[in-house]
Amino acid sequence: MEEVCARFVSQKISKARWRPLPGAALQPPDLFATGSWDNEDNRVSVWSVGDAGSAGLNGEYQGEPQLLCDIRHDGDVMDMQFLDQERIVVASSTGSVTVFRHHQNNQTLSANHRWENAHYHADQYTACGGAACTGVICNNPEIVTVGEDGRINLFRADQKEAVRTIDNADSSTLHAVTFLRTTEILTVNSIGQLKIWDFRQQRNEPAQIFSLTGDRVPLHCVDRHPSQQHIVATGGQDGMLSIWDIRQGTMPVSLLNAHEAEMWEVHFHPSNPDHLFTCSEDGSLWHWDTSTDVSEKPSFLHQGGRSTAYISHSTINQSVVSAWLSNDPTKDRMEITNLIPNQTLSVNTLDVLGPCLVYGTDAEAIYVNRQLFA
Amino acid sequence: EDFKFFHPAEAISPASNSHHFLFSAATGAACVFVVRRDQDIYMETLRKLFNESHGIFVGLQRCEEERAARARNAQLVQVSKNYRSVIRACMEDMHQAASKSVLSGQRFSAFFFQVSILSAMELIWNLCEILFVEAAPAGPLLLRLLDWVQLHICDVDNMVREVLSSENPSKHKLFWNVVDIFVLQGRMDEARHLLSKEAIANPTSMKMYKILDDLMKKMPLGNTQTLTEMELKWQHWHEECQRYLQDGTFASNSHMESICKILLGDENAILEKKELMTTWYHFLVTRLLYSHPTVKPMELRFYAQSSMDMFLGEESSPEPLDTILMAAFEFELHQVIKECSVALSNWWFVAHLTDLLDHCKLLQSHNLYFGSNMREFLLLEYASGLFSHHSLWQLGVDYFDHCPEYGRVYLELHIERIPLNTEQKALKVLRICEQRQMHEQVRSICKIMAMKALRNNRLGSALSWSIRAKDAAFATLISDRFLKDYCERGCFSDLDLIDNLGPSMLLSDRLTFLGKYREFHRLYGEKRFSEAARLLLMLMTAHIAPCSFWMTLLTDALPLLEQKEVIFSAEQTYELMRCLEDLTAGKLDRQKFQDDDVETMKVEMLRLALARNLARVIVKEGTLEGS
Repeated sequence: MEEVCARFVSQKISKARWRPLPGAALQPPDLFATGSWDNEDNRVSVWSVGDAGSAGLNGEYQGEPQLLCDIRHDGDVMDMQFLDQERIVVASSTGSVTVFRHHQNNQTLSANHRWENAHYHADQYTACGGAACTGVICNNPEIVTVGEDGRINLFRADQKEAVRTIDNADSSTLHAVTFLRTTEILTVNSIGQLKIWDFRQQRNEPAQIFSLTGDRVPLHCVDRHPSQQHIVATGGQDGMLSIWDIRQGTMPVSLLNAHEAEMWEVHFHPSNPDHLFTCSEDGSLWHWDTSTDVSEKPSFLHQGGRSTAYISHSTINQSVVSAWLSNDPTKDRMEITNLIPNQTLSVNTLDVLGPCLVYGTDAEAIYVNRQLFA
Repeated sequence: EDFKFFHPAEAISPASNSHHFLFSAATGAACVFVVRRDQDIYMETLRKLFNESHGIFVGLQRCEEERAARARNAQLVQVSKNYRSVIRACMEDMHQAASKSVLSGQRFSAFFFQVSILSAMELIWNLCEILFVEAAPAGPLLLRLLDWVQLHICDVDNMVREVLSSENPSKHKLFWNVVDIFVLQGRMDEARHLLSKEAIANPTSMKMYKILDDLMKKMPLGNTQTLTEMELKWQHWHEECQRYLQDGTFASNSHMESICKILLGDENAILEKKELMTTWYHFLVTRLLYSHPTVKPMELRFYAQSSMDMFLGEESSPEPLDTILMAAFEFELHQVIKECSVALSNWWFVAHLTDLLDHCKLLQSHNLYFGSNMREFLLLEYASGLFSHHSLWQLGVDYFDHCPEYGRVYLELHIERIPLNTEQKALKVLRICEQRQMHEQVRSICKIMAMKALRNNRLGSALSWSIRAKDAAFATLISDRFLKDYCERGCFSDLDLIDNLGPSMLLSDRLTFLGKYREFHRLYGEKRFSEAARLLLMLMTAHIAPCSFWMTLLTDALPLLEQKEVIFSAEQTYELMRCLEDLTAGKLDRQKFQDDDVETMKVEMLRLALARNLARVIVKEGTLEGS
C-alpha cells in the first residue's frame, strides 16, 4: 500500500466517488468526482488519475489527481452518487438535490436538473433553518433521497416531480440510504434504527425495523453486501461497525469495536466483498479483510455470482457465509489494517472500485491509492 | 473623494477573506461601498500552506524525542526542511496558477508581491535553520551559507542558460558576468568549465587560464577535515594566489586578474561586482569564503554589520528584510521574531518558526507580561486567526491543544461561536468538545441542536441530541411534548421512536413514563389485559406518572373495568379508588367554581365503574373454587 498519491486541494472534501466502469470493463477506474463542504463557495469537481505508468502532461508527479473541471454548488455537498457515466446526483445541505452532467468533449460540468425543495421542515413559518438532504442513492433512472426532515423521496431522473414521497417517515434524522433490492431501500437514522422500506407497498410505514442493542447510538452509514443481499453493514456514532443479517432477528449479528469517533462511511468492495472499508472522524481508514487465505491474491474477475443469493445454504462456500456473519470474528481470521500512517483530521469519505481507493479528509486533501491489493 | 483603502497585499492571514468597506467622504452624501475581496488564487494556495504546515506542526508535537542529541538535531532539521518545502511548493503553485489565468495589471502586481513575501519567508527560515536549528559549526557553516546564497539568487540560472545556449559562449557579452558569479558563489567546477571554453577560443590566454584553473581546482573547500588542517591548507593556497598576482601573471587580462583578486578576498574587487551579487548578504558570504572560510558562528555578527555597511554605502538604508537577517546573524532570536512579526503582519510564519525554535530549546522562557511565553502567545494569535475563517477553524483546534497555559480557555470560547448550519458540522464540533472533556460546551451545543429540532417538530432528533448530552431536563421536555400530542390527538406520533427507546428510557422519569405508557397501550392492543392493568396501576402508585396525567390514566382504566371478565383485583381496585380520591381531593379546592361538565362526568363514571368492579371482584374472590 505504498502507492498513495496525496493532493492538497484547498477545500474540505465531504464526498469522493469513482465514476462507475462501463459493463464488464477490466481496466481500473480513471476518473472520480468530489464535493466540498464548509466553504462559502462549495464546489463539485471532477478529477482524473492518469495511468500509473505514464508521466503527466507537464511532467507532474505520476498518478497525482488532475482537476478536469468543477462547478459551484450551493450549500455543503452532503452526499453524491454517479447516476450513469455522465451524470452525478448531489445532495445539498440546503435541502436540494441536483443532477450535474459531465461533458466529456469539452470537460465541463453543468447543472442538468434540480429538485429545489426535496427536503424542508414542514411548517415554513416556524421552521428553524432548512433541512439538509443527507443521503442519496441511485439505480438509474431512480434516485432516492433522505434528509434531516425525516422524509424519503423517490425521483426519476427525467421527471420534475417526485414519483413518491414519504413524509415524516422517521421522527429523527435519516443519515443514509442504500438499495436493498430494486424496490426496497435501507435507511439508518439518528436513534440507532435500521429500516427497510418497500416501495411496492402503499402505506407509509417501514416494512421492518431493526435496532441496536443497548444504547440507541445514531447510525451514520449503511452498505449492503454486493452479492449476499441479506448481509448489511452499518457504522455508528461511537465508531462501532455492526453487521446485520436481515433475514433473522432484529438485532445485529456482530458488533465490532472499530473507530474512536463517528464512522462516516462503510463500503463493501463491489467485486471483492471479503473486503470492507470504513473511515472515521478520528482520522483513520480501516481495511477489513476476511478472505480466508490472506496471502492469496483475490481475483477481480470473480464477481461472487448474483445467483448464490438464491441457492440454499449448503451449497454456498462455508467460509464465505461465515466470514461476516460469524459471531466470533477472532475465530475466522480477520485482518484489520489502518491505511493512514499519520492521522490528523477526519477522513470524511472513501470509495473503492477495482484496485483503486480514493479518500478525502478535512485536512483539505485527496488521496488515491491505485494498488490496493498489491 | 477620499478613500480609505485596505491594502490587498498586506496580510497573509486566514482572516483576510472578509468584507472590506470603502468609505467615500464626498461632500454631502455618505456612501458605503461593500467591497468583497475576491476568493483570490493566493488565498487558495495559502490554504494549502496552512493545511500542510498543520500536519508538520502536529507531527512535531507528537513525535517522540530522540535521546541522542545528534539524532534529535537531525530530526528537527528534517522538520525545518519540511516546512521550507511547503513554502516552496506554495510559491510554485502560485506561479502556476498565475500563469494559467490571465491577470490584469493590478492583480498581477498584488500576486507578485505575495510571491515575493513567500520567497522572503523561505529565505529567512533557511538562514534560521542553518544558524539555529542545525547550529552548523565553523567549517560546515560556510558551506551551508554558500548553499543558502546559491538557492536564493535565481537570476544566475537565466544568465547561464543564455550564455551556454549561444553559439559562441565565450564571446557572449554576459560571459564574464557568469564566470564572475560562479566564482563569487564558490561554484568552482562550473567556473572552470566555462573558462575552458574561453581558453579554447582564445589560445593566447592558455597559459594564464591553466594557472587560474589550477588555483581554482586547488582551493580548499569542504568539511571532511579538521579546522586546523583546513586553515593550514587555506593559508598555503592563499599565499600561492598572492604570489601569482604579484608576479603580474594575469596583468594582460583584466577579467582574470579581477577573479584572482576575488580569490584573494580583496574587498574592493568583490564590491565591484555589486550588481551581480545584488544583496549585502551575498557579499557577506563571498567575503567570508575568500577571507575567513573557517568563520565561527559567533563571529558572523561583525562581518555581517560591516558587509551591510560597505554594500549599502551612504545612500540606502536597510529594509525590513535586511534588519531581520542582520538580527539572525547577530544570533538575536527574540529580535528576529519581533521584527518578523512587525514586518510580515502574518502570524503563520512567526508562530511555526518560534515553535520549532522552542523545540530546539533555544528560547528562554521569559514570560511576557500576561504570563504566557512567546511561543504560546504566537500560537494563540495564529490559531485565533484560523478560527475567524469559515473553514480553517478545524486546524486551530490542534494549535490550541498544544498551548498548555491558555489553549483550553481560548478553545472553549472560540468553539462556542462556530455557526452550526448542519447536523454534521454540529457532530464534528461536539466530537472535538467531547474528546477534551469540555462538558459545558457539549451541553450547550446539544441544547441548541435539540431546541432547533424541537421547533421543527423533529422529536426523534431532539431526543437523540438530549441523549448525547445526557440532558435529563430536555428529555423531560420532549416527553411532555409527546404526551401533549397524545392528549390532543388521542394517538401517539412517532411510534417508531417511542417503541424503541431501549435503555435511553431511563434518562428521565418522564421519558420512562412515556415508554411504559406506550407499552401499556401495546399490551392492551395485544389483549394482555391483566398485564396491562398491572402496569397501569404501577405507573400511578410508583409515581412514575406525572400528576397531570393521572386523569388520563384513570380514564384509560375505564375500558378495563368495563370488561366482561374481572381484571382488577380487590387490592388493585382499592388502589385505584385511592388514586381517584387523591386526584379529586386536590382539585376540589382549586377548581370548584370552574367545574368542567365533562370532568365531573368522567369522575362520576369512574366512581361507578370502580364500585361495580369492586362488587364483582369481592364476589369472585369470595367464591370458593370447585363445588
